[in-house]
Amino acid sequence: MNLAQTRIGQIVTVAHVAGEGSFRRRLMELGLVPGTRVEVVGVAPLGDPLELLVRGGSLSIRHAEAQGVSVSLGEASSAERAPGTAGRSEDNGSLAARGLARSAP
Amino acid sequence: MTQQELTPLSAPDAGAAQAAARTPLVLLIGNPNTGKTTLFNRLTGQNARIGNYPGITVERRSGDLTLRSDTPRVVEVVDVPGAYSLSARSAEEQIALSAVLGWGENPRPDLCVMVVDAGQLARNLYLVTQLLELDVPVVLALNMIDEVRDNPPNAGELSRFLGVPCVATDARHGKGMLELERAIAAALAQPPRTPLRIQYPTALERDLEHVIPALPNEWNENPTRARSLALWALTSIETDDELQGIEPGLRARCLEVRARADTRDIDQEVIATRYALIDAELPKLYPRLEAHPKKRKASERVDRVLLHPVFGFAIFIGVMLLMFQSLFSWSDPAIRLIETLTSESANFVEAHVPESILRDLVTRGVIGGVGNVVVFLPQILLLFFCIGILEDSGYMARVAFLMDRIMKSLGLHGRAFVPMLSGFACAVPAILATRTMERQRDRLLTMLVVPLMTCSARLPVYTLIIGALFPPSRVFGWLPVQGLLMVAMYLFSTSITLISAGVLGRTAVKGRRIPLILELPPYRLPSLTGTLAMMWRRAASFLREAGSGILVFTILLWALLSFPRPEHVDQPLPPAAAIHQQGRSVATEPSQDGRGPAPQRSAIEQSYGGRLGKTIEPILRPLGFDWKIGVGLIGAFAAREVFISTLGLVYGIGDADEDTTPLRDKIRQERSADGSSAYSPLTGLSLMIFFALSCQCMSTLMVVYRETRSLRWPLFMFGYMTTLAYVASLLVYQGGRLLGF
Repeated sequence: MNLAQTRIGQIVTVAHVAGEGSFRRRLMELGLVPGTRVEVVGVAPLGDPLELLVRGGSLSIRHAEAQGVSVSLGEASSAERAPGTAGRSEDNGSLAARGLARSAP
Repeated sequence: MTQQELTPLSAPDAGAAQAAARTPLVLLIGNPNTGKTTLFNRLTGQNARIGNYPGITVERRSGDLTLRSDTPRVVEVVDVPGAYSLSARSAEEQIALSAVLGWGENPRPDLCVMVVDAGQLARNLYLVTQLLELDVPVVLALNMIDEVRDNPPNAGELSRFLGVPCVATDARHGKGMLELERAIAAALAQPPRTPLRIQYPTALERDLEHVIPALPNEWNENPTRARSLALWALTSIETDDELQGIEPGLRARCLEVRARADTRDIDQEVIATRYALIDAELPKLYPRLEAHPKKRKASERVDRVLLHPVFGFAIFIGVMLLMFQSLFSWSDPAIRLIETLTSESANFVEAHVPESILRDLVTRGVIGGVGNVVVFLPQILLLFFCIGILEDSGYMARVAFLMDRIMKSLGLHGRAFVPMLSGFACAVPAILATRTMERQRDRLLTMLVVPLMTCSARLPVYTLIIGALFPPSRVFGWLPVQGLLMVAMYLFSTSITLISAGVLGRTAVKGRRIPLILELPPYRLPSLTGTLAMMWRRAASFLREAGSGILVFTILLWALLSFPRPEHVDQPLPPAAAIHQQGRSVATEPSQDGRGPAPQRSAIEQSYGGRLGKTIEPILRPLGFDWKIGVGLIGAFAAREVFISTLGLVYGIGDADEDTTPLRDKIRQERSADGSSAYSPLTGLSLMIFFALSCQCMSTLMVVYRETRSLRWPLFMFGYMTTLAYVASLLVYQGGRLLGF
C-alpha cells in the first residue's frame, strides 16, 4: 500500500520512496527514509494535500506524490533501520566512546 | 614531507589572523521555521541591510552585531535563506552552500551559526551533519528552547555528540543571547573544527574515490571537504539540474558514476546513513523520545477547527476579508493625507515662487513624483503587517494548505493567494508580497498576473466611464445596470488573471513542475517587534529601490505632456480664485496645470504627448477611441486614475475627478464628424476592457524591474498585457458593432 491509500490517524512505516530524482531526494532528506514511522495527521478540506507527522515534525505532500511512497501498516522495530556507520576524522573519540560507531556492512 | 608542504594545514590560523583585520562574517543558517530570522533581528537590531545574492534575485539580509564578550568586537551577521539540506538542483538552492563556502562573489564566512529547532532535532540535525562534513567552523544555537520545557534536549550532550559549541536560546524572548554571543566570540578567536566523517556503505565510498579527482581545484582544498563536496555533487548533479558554475568534467563524472550505480540507490545510501547516525543519538539527547510531541498535539487541536471543511473555510474567509479590508479601506485616510500634503506643498511653492518652467518642474514633476512614491506606503506597511502576523502565527502555511488544491490547478503555489488577493487593492504591494514565496518561478508567475486584478486605481476610471456612458436604468426592474457593470468588471478581471496564470505557467515561465512540500509549523504568538521591523525594512527597501525610478518617470511624463510650451496664450487667464480651489489630486498628477482650463487645452494638444495621442489615433480607432482618449491613456501611465485628470485637461476642465459633472457631460456630448455621439456605451465598454487588461502603471513596471533585476520581465509584462488589452478591446468593439450596438 502507499501513503495516499492511508486513513487519517493511521501509523505506518515507510518501505520505499519512489518518484522523480530531486523530489524523491528531498522527501528522504525531510526524514522519509525506509523504516521511518509516519503518522497520517489529516487531509486538507479540499482533499489535497496530506498532512503527515514525520520524526516529530509536520510534512505535507500532495496525493500524487504520496502515491510514490510505499508503506506498511504499523511501526517497525528499530533494528530494521538502514545500516550506517560513523566516526570522526579527528579522533576525539566522542562518537566511538559513546558506542555509536557501527561496523561497516 | 617538508615543513612547507604542511603549511596548508595551518590555514585556519592564517585565516583567523586575516579575519581579525576585517569585520568577521557570521552566517545564520538553518531549516525554515526555526526562528532564524527572529534570532537575526534579535542580534542585529534595527541596522539590517537588504541586498541580493550575486547573480540571483534572492534577498540577502545582513547586519552588524557588537559582541558582548570580554573583548567586544563587531561582526557582520548574514541571514542565509532557510534550507532543509545543502543538496541542490537549482541556483536558488545552491545559495546556502555557496554562502557557507564563500564561493563566487560570496565573501568567505568566518563562522556558521546553525540555528536548530529544539523541538525538532531529528530533521534539523540532518543539515547539521552536512555542515559538519564540510569541515567549516560551526556554533549551534538550540533555539525555541522555551517550547520544549517539558522535554528539553540536553545542550551539553548535543555539544559532545557533534563536537561543536552548543547554546540553548529563545530568540523570541531574547533569552540565551549573551551566551550565544560569547560562544560566537570564542569560536571566532579559536574556530572549532571537528569535521564529521561518516562512514558510508563501501560501494558509495568507492564512488566518492571516483568523483574526488574530478573536483575543481577550488573544491579540493582539504581532503575532508573534498570528500563532502564529492558527495554533494553526486547527490545534486542531474542531467537537467539548474545549478550554476559546475565544471563539465565534474558533471560528466557524476552522471557516469550515477549511471554505473545501476540498481544501487545512491541518494538513499547517503540520506539513510546520515539519519541512522542521528537516530542512534536521539534517545540520548532527550529525557524521553516522543514520536508525537506535545507542542504538535496542541497545534493539531487548533487545526481541527482552523482546517475544518466548514469552520476552517469560514474563518479563512473572515481572516482574508479583514486583511483585505485593512488594505483597501483603512489605508484610505493615510493616502488622502499624503495626497493633500503633496498638493498643499505644490500650492505653497506656486504661491511663493514666480511662474517659470523650473517652478512647474518642481511642483508637477518633483513634488508630484515624490507623492507618487509615498502614496504607496500606507498599503505596503499594512500588507506587510498582515503578512508578518500571518507568517509568525503559523497561519500562512495553513492558507497555502487550504488553498493548494485550487492554486495548483492554476499552476500557482498556495502561498500566491495572499499576493493575488492584495492585487485587488494595489499591484505594487502585492508584487512585493510575492517575496513570501521561496521559488523564483512561483514568484515570477504571480508577479506577472497580479497586475491583471482590478486594483483600486481602476475604480475611478470605471466610475467615470459608467457614469458618463451608461444609463442609470435597471434590468428586470430592480438590478441597476451601472452596479452590474462594476461587478462584471471584477469577475472579468479575476477570470482573466486565473486564465493568464494557467497559460503563462505553461509557456513563458514554464520551469519544472516542483512538487509541493509544506510544513505546518506549530501555532505561535506573533512577535510584534519582529513584524514591525520587517514592515519597516520592506517599506524602506521600496523607497530606496523603486522610489527613484517612479520619480524619474513622473518627471518624464510631466515633460512629455508639457513640452513644447505653447507659443502664446489665446485666452485670458482664469481668475486667481480658481487656481486655489483645485481639488486634492491636482499636484500629484503631472499633467495637471494650475492655470485653469482654456489655455491648457491648447497646451496639452501641442505637447509631445498630445501629438503622440494624435499619431496613435489610427491604431486606437478600431477600438473606438479617438486621440483624446489616446492622450488620456498616455497620462494614465503615471497611474491609472490620472487618465481622468488628463482627459479633463484635454477638455479644458481643470480639476476633474470621477464625479465631475462637466467632464461627464463633455464625454456625453462629444460628437464625431458625422454628428453622431462620439462615445457610445460600446466605446465605454471597450475602454473599460482596455483598462482592465493593459499595464497602465509605471510603478508596477518599476517594482517588477527591481524585483527581477532585469528589463526582460517588465518589458514582457507590458507587452503581453498591452497585446491582451488591445485584442480584447478590438473584439468587443468590432463584435459589438457587428451586432448592431
